[in-house]
Amino acid sequence: MATLKVPATVPSPSEDAEQLRKAFAGWGTNEALIISILGHRTAARRRAIRQAYHQTYNEDLLKSLDGEISGDFERAVLLWTLDPAERDAWLANEAVRKWRPGNRVLIEIACARSSRELFAVRQAYHARFKRSLEEDVAAHTTGDFRKLLVPLVSAYRYENAEVNLTLAKSEAKMLHEKISGKAYNHEDLIRILATRSKAQLVATFNYYNDEFGNSVNKDLKCDPKDEFLAALRAAIRCICFPERYFEKVIRSAINGLRTEENALTRVITTCAEVDLKEIAEVYQKRNSMPLEHAIKGDTTGDYEAMLLALLGQEA
Amino acid sequence: MALPLVTEECEAVIRAFSGLGGLGVDEKALVSALGKWRRQPEKRAQLRKSFVGFFTADGSFERCEDDYIRYLKNEFARFKNIMVLWAMHPWERDARWVHHVLHKPLPLDIIVEIACTRSSEELLGARKAYHALFHHSLEEDVAYHVRENYSNLLVRLVSAYRYEGNRINKEMATSEAEALYSAIKTPGVKKLVENEEVIRILTTRSKPHLRVTFKHYKEKYGKSIEEHLGDELCLRETVQCLDSPPKYFSKVINKALKDGADKNTKDALTRVIVSRADVDMKEIKEAYHQQYGAELEDVISKNTLGSYRDALLSLAGQ
Repeated sequence: MATLKVPATVPSPSEDAEQLRKAFAGWGTNEALIISILGHRTAARRRAIRQAYHQTYNEDLLKSLDGEISGDFERAVLLWTLDPAERDAWLANEAVRKWRPGNRVLIEIACARSSRELFAVRQAYHARFKRSLEEDVAAHTTGDFRKLLVPLVSAYRYENAEVNLTLAKSEAKMLHEKISGKAYNHEDLIRILATRSKAQLVATFNYYNDEFGNSVNKDLKCDPKDEFLAALRAAIRCICFPERYFEKVIRSAINGLRTEENALTRVITTCAEVDLKEIAEVYQKRNSMPLEHAIKGDTTGDYEAMLLALLGQEA
Repeated sequence: MALPLVTEECEAVIRAFSGLGGLGVDEKALVSALGKWRRQPEKRAQLRKSFVGFFTADGSFERCEDDYIRYLKNEFARFKNIMVLWAMHPWERDARWVHHVLHKPLPLDIIVEIACTRSSEELLGARKAYHALFHHSLEEDVAYHVRENYSNLLVRLVSAYRYEGNRINKEMATSEAEALYSAIKTPGVKKLVENEEVIRILTTRSKPHLRVTFKHYKEKYGKSIEEHLGDELCLRETVQCLDSPPKYFSKVINKALKDGADKNTKDALTRVIVSRADVDMKEIKEAYHQQYGAELEDVISKNTLGSYRDALLSLAGQ
């Protein structure tokens, strides 16, 4: 569930646009005003505000923001203001350009979003970057990572809850065979992971666990330094338990074990309208501390205020 | 025993029954024969004796050949098939064709045809229809049912969502033409159809970009990439479909109308005319004329029969 809090009566988009313009006027910027508006509007509203702003002031709201704010705060506001599909496309493009084996963004987008959402990302990618997402991923990644990532971002998984148990059993056995033989990049393994529906995969992994004693991810941990195995594990976690996956990303970011920059911003802005509530609940259970407290302890200033607003804190 | 002379009347009925080649059956001629031969069983007997292939002597009478009955079933059904396919939503059509290819012994190039000649939105539509009809994703079934070398290429082709704008990067097109040439000319451990670079370029780049790439390939190496690909199944069709669907389709039509074409090759005629009638029929006719020196409508008229022919000409006409 979303953590975003929207006031009972919301000003019209043009009023919001006007207020935002005022926030930029003159010397300095009224960051609190920016947060109080944008931090409490739905995606549809934010889009309307951008349109109204453009119509009235003949400039893209995000361009104006770019000139006024900076750093982590700017990144959070920019990502948040974008439409979900645009946001994912933007993040995917950044990940592709700065590709490193440890980068999880593409995996998250490909595996944690629904089929429809992933396709919307591909459409937004066309519109913004004049190339297809799979084209860029293929051109910027190599070897096993390309073999895994291109099918993942191109998937249009069946979305029903139907499961074929016989198939789950046979594919669990196939996975076990390949994993035991250390054939992690084997075509069948990738085929199963990248094309089966999520429900089917969950059934397959459950059978794997029951039949072979270990979970798939446990068996994939045999070499903790292997980046490809880590990528496979991340994909599986995103598919099966996205909330636990994102909780771990937040936890690592807050504990300073920064496997990636900007992870905290990414998770909060992409999940605030989706399932940040559940992620926060997992966080609290696991760390015996509310997520808000952890964020207050780890961040400061406007950036902190923005994240807390997205977590549903009133101004 | 000398074979009886085939009368003109008999020959007309044999032709109407698709006995002299051609696709479809001439329903009108068959019905008119019913009328003309009323109370003249000896005419029917003469037909049975003259129609080698359909009937064979068995002791004291002529019996039907099972093979010919099966053949007739197909020929009579051509009109039904074309009408049903015409009425169907294009997305369902494409989804069903892919499903057939995966579950019956049909040539894989139909999958290539659908993946490469439809627009990005049409291909997405086919994938949506596939979900609804078959409770699996299209790529899941292709990945599962197409084994060995062709699997990777085909899965990537059907999963593509190519950029459809005109913006291209000339340097990239040039360097990728060179990469393709190098992959084709350098024999590797794996087959060409499994070559990662070849697959990447052909399955992810936009069509305008690829056309420029192919053009550059021809300019630099003297021959078209198609010629260099020779007999490479699927790869050759991929390149043809991406480069020029009308040229590709006119080739398919030509094969379907040749003597001795097998069932699947013949069925392609219906598939092409129905799926392209609203898209690029005009260009296909032009390409056909350029390649074979004949008007497509004339060739169809000569080689097809009955309502099937009328349906084809309606769709292929102005």
